[in-house]
Amino acid sequence: MNWAEFFNMGGHAFNVWGSYILAFVILGLNIWLPLRKYRAQQRKIRQQHETAS
Amino acid sequence: MKPRHKKISFIALAVFGLSAVTLLILNTFSSNIVFFHSPTDISEGKAPINQTFRLGGMVKDNSVKHNKDGLKVSFTVTDTIKDINVTYKGILPDLFREGQGVVVQGKLLQTGEFKADQVLAKHDENYMPPEAKAAMEQAARTLLLPKK
Amino acid sequence: MIFQKYAAPKYFYPLAGKCLPWFGTLAILTICAGLYLGLFVAPPDYQQGETVRIMFIHVPAAWMSMFIYAMMAGAAAIGLVWKIKLTDTFITASAAIGASFTLLALLTGSLWGKPMWGAWWVWDARLTSELILLFLYLGFMSLHSAIDDPRRASRAGAILLLIGVINLPVIHYSVEWWNTLHQPTSVARIDGPRIHSSILTPLLIMAVAFKLFYVSVVLIRMRSSILDNEADSRWLQEQGA
Repeated sequence: MNWAEFFNMGGHAFNVWGSYILAFVILGLNIWLPLRKYRAQQRKIRQQHETAS
Repeated sequence: MKPRHKKISFIALAVFGLSAVTLLILNTFSSNIVFFHSPTDISEGKAPINQTFRLGGMVKDNSVKHNKDGLKVSFTVTDTIKDINVTYKGILPDLFREGQGVVVQGKLLQTGEFKADQVLAKHDENYMPPEAKAAMEQAARTLLLPKK
Repeated sequence: MIFQKYAAPKYFYPLAGKCLPWFGTLAILTICAGLYLGLFVAPPDYQQGETVRIMFIHVPAAWMSMFIYAMMAGAAAIGLVWKIKLTDTFITASAAIGASFTLLALLTGSLWGKPMWGAWWVWDARLTSELILLFLYLGFMSLHSAIDDPRRASRAGAILLLIGVINLPVIHYSVEWWNTLHQPTSVARIDGPRIHSSILTPLLIMAVAFKLFYVSVVLIRMRSSILDNEADSRWLQEQGA
């Protein structure tokens, strides 16, 4: 496989890679933000649990 | 935010949202519910005269002629029943090809010629690799041969 | 009823926690498989060339935008009839990701439309009805967050969702009912898909991957919102996170 050809996408690199980057950013935010909140909650509860017991 | 402010901003948002949606629906489903007219529609007088509208159909085989300066192009749009000649000056989209679907926006001149200011290529629902297309054409040819 | 038992946060919370790693792992694996097949294995299209690869994002995202809305509306109907609190947790967890998939479908469609059709955007029935879907998601989210009383918020939201369901068949059949620039349906057809298997396989794998991704995100967000709402509950304090 020729990498230059692969990245060029038949002259439509902006459109093809743009779509994949958009997907990465939009889906990435959708997992990252909820996960960050969720992890903080879990940490807090674990601490409460430890101090209680 | 105070509850009262929240309520007001909600009502404002709802009014704005509803009017935006209504406007969009009206916009599409009144003037653009018919996104394009066919050459037959035009010959039957269904298309608006002296007004910008869209014409859709197939680019007729062997009808595309590029002008000497390279930017001007003329071609025939057909729905296999009626034909309309189209002239256009500008860059054509990638998928503009003879035998493929096309939607052109512009005006119908007195001469019966359609002067386009935008050309959009219409894609069909088939997707396949070039080899599969070649194989299909090969199969079609061998099927057609005995009939001759 | 077993369904109603697991609809109680006390039971749903640990169940979601057990399912989450499985869905997450499967989502990652299928996304990797879909990307590999879509970018490296699938051939260019005979008409569109390499831009056909946009389809592996665009079409699954558009499917998800409708699928998530249908799930939300279904949950809204169940919530209105049986008054199950968990449905509202599910609906609010789904809204943002549904809107995200709709936005992704619209943006990638634009990136695909410019080189192929010759326009970033046209007001044809398919594109307009998909844009209305985005407004329905945004309208639901602003309506739900604007009402302070949770029960009234979920009822108002549910009614909006159910009214908006009319838009789903409009989106799907828009390409048949009206002349559109958007091409007709390629996959969900009575006479079978019109896509060669080498292009159809990565498309379907990506569709499964997006669904698994959605389930994983929803499970995380539902667990998060249960933690918010039930912070003082005995079961949570006994059980721990």
